[in-house]
Amino acid sequence: MERKTKIQAEPNKQELVITREFDLPVELLFKAHAEPQLVEQWMSTKVLKLEGRKHGSWQYETSDPNGNVMLRMNGTFHEFIPNQKIIRTFEMENIPFDVQLEFFEFETLTEDTSKLTMHLIYRSQTLRDQMLQMPFAQGLNMAHNRLEEVVHKLK
Amino acid sequence: MNLRRDVFQAIADPTRRAILLLVASQSMTAGAIAANFDTARPTVSKHLQILTECELLKQEQQGREVYYHLNPKSIKEIADFIEPFRNLWDNRFNKLESVMKKYKPKK
Repeated sequence: MERKTKIQAEPNKQELVITREFDLPVELLFKAHAEPQLVEQWMSTKVLKLEGRKHGSWQYETSDPNGNVMLRMNGTFHEFIPNQKIIRTFEMENIPFDVQLEFFEFETLTEDTSKLTMHLIYRSQTLRDQMLQMPFAQGLNMAHNRLEEVVHKLK
Repeated sequence: MNLRRDVFQAIADPTRRAILLLVASQSMTAGAIAANFDTARPTVSKHLQILTECELLKQEQQGREVYYHLNPKSIKEIADFIEPFRNLWDNRFNKLESVMKKYKPKK
């Protein structure tokens, strides 16, 4: 079965929907979002804080191979219902992008498969489009500096 | 960059998206395209003009008729715009899947 990540970015909208089906039971899919050591592995980031509960907060940090902090992200959980739903805010520190609102929905497809739907809402359409372009911009920079290694590590 | 903006403006309209879907399978005349919509013919012409101006559609003269067909290059540009972002998440999720598959036995 094909398990590809799909992005739905309708023009003139300030939102984005990312969907993906996994060859994993929904419990494991959720666990990958709830356990700091697991998040660190697949997001290739350092988890400074992950309080998986309503009103809890989270903070991640990514560094380059020399240990210099590249990016720090944080937010607050508004909902954290195991195997069902996470609602959180997402903000990048020291980057002039406004905070975004994120809805994660975890669905059981079969006993061994599940689906994740991420609904991301941005302050404006322009901001959403800029976010979409970020990996693209990173790709351009890659040739010119050592970001390449970092991006490689991110993969 | 300007072209890109225009392209996105162009596909913002549902009728224009429907037109693109229509001509995706075969090139069509303006009349044949308009026949698929309840919208007034001049409105459809206006949409065709916009789609042509931002190079999503190409016109081709065949005898007395003008046929419209998709410009694959511009369509690809739209796909490319999102692709790096999609790829980023696809890679992350692939990793999530493999990390969690290894985790499985511990359950």
